[in-house]
Amino acid sequence: MNMKIAVASGKGGTGKTMVATSLALSLIETNQVKLLDCDVEAPNAHLFLHPTFTQEIPAVIRIPKIDPERCTLCGQCVEVCQFHALAKVGKTIMVFPQLCHGCGSCTWNCPEGAIEEIPNPIGVIEKGTTISGIDFTHGKLTLSEPMATPIIRQLKKLEKSSNGTITVIDSPPGASCSVVETVRGVDFVILVTEPTPFGLHDLKQMLGILEDMRIRYGVVINREGIGNAELDRYLEQKGIPILMRIPFDKEIARGIAAGKPLVVIDPNYHEKFKDMYQKINQIIDKSDGRS
Amino acid sequence: MILLISSQGQNLESPIEHRFGRSPWLIKYDTETKENQALPNPGGRQSGGAGVAAAQFVIDQAADVVISGDFGPNAANALRAADVKMYLFDGNLNNVDDVIDTFLEGKLPAF
Ligand code: SF4
Ligand code: SF4
Repeated sequence: MNMKIAVASGKGGTGKTMVATSLALSLIETNQVKLLDCDVEAPNAHLFLHPTFTQEIPAVIRIPKIDPERCTLCGQCVEVCQFHALAKVGKTIMVFPQLCHGCGSCTWNCPEGAIEEIPNPIGVIEKGTTISGIDFTHGKLTLSEPMATPIIRQLKKLEKSSNGTITVIDSPPGASCSVVETVRGVDFVILVTEPTPFGLHDLKQMLGILEDMRIRYGVVINREGIGNAELDRYLEQKGIPILMRIPFDKEIARGIAAGKPLVVIDPNYHEKFKDMYQKINQIIDKSDGRS
Repeated sequence: MILLISSQGQNLESPIEHRFGRSPWLIKYDTETKENQALPNPGGRQSGGAGVAAAQFVIDQAADVVISGDFGPNAANALRAADVKMYLFDGNLNNVDDVIDTFLEGKLPAF
């Protein structure tokens, strides 16, 4: 059986990458593990795992190119483009490649067949392996426009896991459409949060998304000791499983800032992450009615 | 000459709006007839590409001049291609009326 676990958080900087990388490092001892960094606007899992990249694949979207001979300037394409990547200006249709999401609506709707689609690079996907044997893949967006979804889709499509592989996915932060794209089709989501009012607020947004998508989840409380008990109370009340608690600790903070994985800073976490993986399996089995 | 000015409200006394793409209103003013009209900016509610949406709207209004606080690169390209002249507010101006007067005196900086 394959297992896909996404690690997400309501906002950035909660320790999402720390959890994803250490989970991968703990599981590689006994399993085949892949790590997918889908935080394409600011990928940083490689800074903890130091993979050697062996493959580089351009991430492209297809953008319109308009044939002026055929175009009657009817304006249909401008009308249907919800991203406003097209404008009808005088006797031409202008294309703004930085705004185009490659959705294909314009091509589809052009009555004259005047639109051809040409590839436009938006980033790269890099693949490699780490010393410990983790199969590592990440995407890097090169455009300034936030256009994470198409590259995440391409990244996930590339990942055809062989049987028995555990895929750990580092998700983009926040409750955005790129997160929805990332968690679509995963078996479980680990939500990393902090015990602060802001943490709880952001967490609730993520919970809403996951409930709508019917994806199972559990919570890792990071930097326990700061903030208050409101988060705990909320999780208990809702019956949301707490998978792990990571205390606020200067040693950990310093180590992470220096690019060290949590399981390297404190090797006791190897066992804790393995336990967490067991817990996740139990939650999945239970909700599948296989317990 | 047709002017379009980005505005927070719907008449000539309304305070001006410094963002072009996300301006809630655009006040259209005809220098010949001295008539004005408040037009909701279609870019105002868009998440991406607001500037281009607003520029397209201005172009469709057959404007000769558009005045705002700033123009993004995409919007500016579209407006330039359509030969719509862009002008910027001057720091002392507060409402649409003042902007029109100052523009007609030829005292507004071009973008
Ligand atoms: S492909 Fe989609 S986003 Fe791009 S110009 Fe066409 S309609 Fe707009
Ligand atoms: S829909 Fe086709 S024919 Fe119409 S303006 Fe766009 S490209 Fe030209």
